[in-house]
Amino acid sequence: MKNRTLLAYACFYLAFLYLPVLVLPIFSFNNSAFIAFPLTGFTTRWYEALADSALQQALVNSLKVGVVTALLSTLLGLLAAKAVTQYRLRGRGVALGMISLPLFIPDIVLGISLLLLLGTIGLPLSLASVVLGHLLICAPFSLAVLVARFEGFDPNLEEASADLGEDRWMTFWRVTFPLMLPGIIASLLLTFITSFDEFLVAYFLSGTQATLPVYIWSQLRFPARLPMVLALGTIILCVSVVLVVLAEKLRNQGVKKPMVGA
Amino acid sequence: MRERGGVADKGRNVRQGYALLAPTLVVVGLTLAAPLGLLLITSLKSQSGIGFEAGWTLAQYSEVLGRGSYRILFARSVVVAALVTALTVALAYPMAYFVAFHARRKFLWLILLTIPFWTSYLLRVFAWKIILGYGGVINSGLLGLGLIAEPLGSLLYNPFAVVVTLAHAWAAFAILPIYVSLEKIDRSLLEAGSDLGDSKLRRFLRITLPLSMPGVIGAAILIFVPTTGDFVTPELVGGPAGAMIANIIETQFTQVGNWPLGAALALVSMTMVAVLAGLFVAAARAAARAVR
Repeated sequence: MKNRTLLAYACFYLAFLYLPVLVLPIFSFNNSAFIAFPLTGFTTRWYEALADSALQQALVNSLKVGVVTALLSTLLGLLAAKAVTQYRLRGRGVALGMISLPLFIPDIVLGISLLLLLGTIGLPLSLASVVLGHLLICAPFSLAVLVARFEGFDPNLEEASADLGEDRWMTFWRVTFPLMLPGIIASLLLTFITSFDEFLVAYFLSGTQATLPVYIWSQLRFPARLPMVLALGTIILCVSVVLVVLAEKLRNQGVKKPMVGA
Repeated sequence: MRERGGVADKGRNVRQGYALLAPTLVVVGLTLAAPLGLLLITSLKSQSGIGFEAGWTLAQYSEVLGRGSYRILFARSVVVAALVTALTVALAYPMAYFVAFHARRKFLWLILLTIPFWTSYLLRVFAWKIILGYGGVINSGLLGLGLIAEPLGSLLYNPFAVVVTLAHAWAAFAILPIYVSLEKIDRSLLEAGSDLGDSKLRRFLRITLPLSMPGVIGAAILIFVPTTGDFVTPELVGGPAGAMIANIIETQFTQVGNWPLGAALALVSMTMVAVLAGLFVAAARAAARAVR
């Protein structure tokens, strides 16, 4: 009996989660600039309106920032996670706490304090300053994901490789990296998505080079642009879902294949 | 074979460890410590035209702590964030419990639960504006069905709209940590509880709930901190009655141009969030210990 109550609740909760998300595709195909029921007819003109150069530039900007942030954050996370899991360091807790600190600080504070810093040292706002802000937000995520992965990692494997005559680089490349790969991919995905969707810090730091969320924010003020924005949201949703399914398939394939080459 | 474990080797290892840690600490230092230091310095100045006046002052802090309208904003931000946190965790717990203990295809459920979060945060929040608005989904739907004669004006632009929207926007941050902590629970502990005669409810209260507290606490912190400082949701669905602290901070930095006041507001809200989050973690841990 309890099972059934829980299942009913789960379905109800799922409906609550999906209600706002369904609004996006429904009204993105509605042939009216006003977003209200009843629907007036089917159109794809809002999707045609997406061929807008400012929008495409914002998309490119967001992709650039997301990729660079994901790579840098994962690299930093990898080094730091190795340090805190495989070495007995004094001040380990302090270091971990410091890297995780941005999780406990509201984004608005991170955004304006970085804005102050860049203004004070006279650096112009650009995509690079957005990357800096996103690095701060993403590093704790990378660290958490990779520390969890390193904790299940047997350092004896690296020693065995060294004992068998591999140098440090080949040991990293043929032992550490393949074993860490699922963690690395998880970290890259998580940080890319976080950066790609981050609005507030980018709003303060992007200057004239709008990222996609900053562009969307600028469009929300114009009622006539809204259906186009909904079309954009629908596309982002579809692409993300396809990527998640693909990533999951790749992950399953990776499990079947032997991870470490001979 | 190489020799390992000697004293010299250990010393080298420790240095290597710090070297691995250094790049991240430098980046965090440059992007966190330095900006926060500057924020503190700025908050001790006062604005004069486009620059700051010479000398130091606590004027911003007395303004921030003394003015009633700021106190209302601080209080509203904390109350809204606390309500959102409690509501989100309470709604997500049974869902996570269902997936962890009763769902047959766990993975499918987890994917289904996360898909709504794979689109822009801004648009998820904006969708609620469409749903709750005067000519929105609920009003036009109810009108169309003939259930109401004129649109309900009270759905949007108030703290209620902010709470509902945020409880939706942050749901994944509650479901996933709670699910992980429930999934980790050793099932034999539950069997032992039953074998020793505990009722289902007692078993839940004495074993499942305390053991899942790390997930609940983690979720609460993950939600409370960002929602206290959320800017987008109050701006889009809050209206003047639902404005929160981040909105006034943003205004100081963009429209008003009073950076010292904005800096003081930011530092006070940051401290407030940190203190409240710390108190909450301590209280939750004490409560979990008391139950056991």
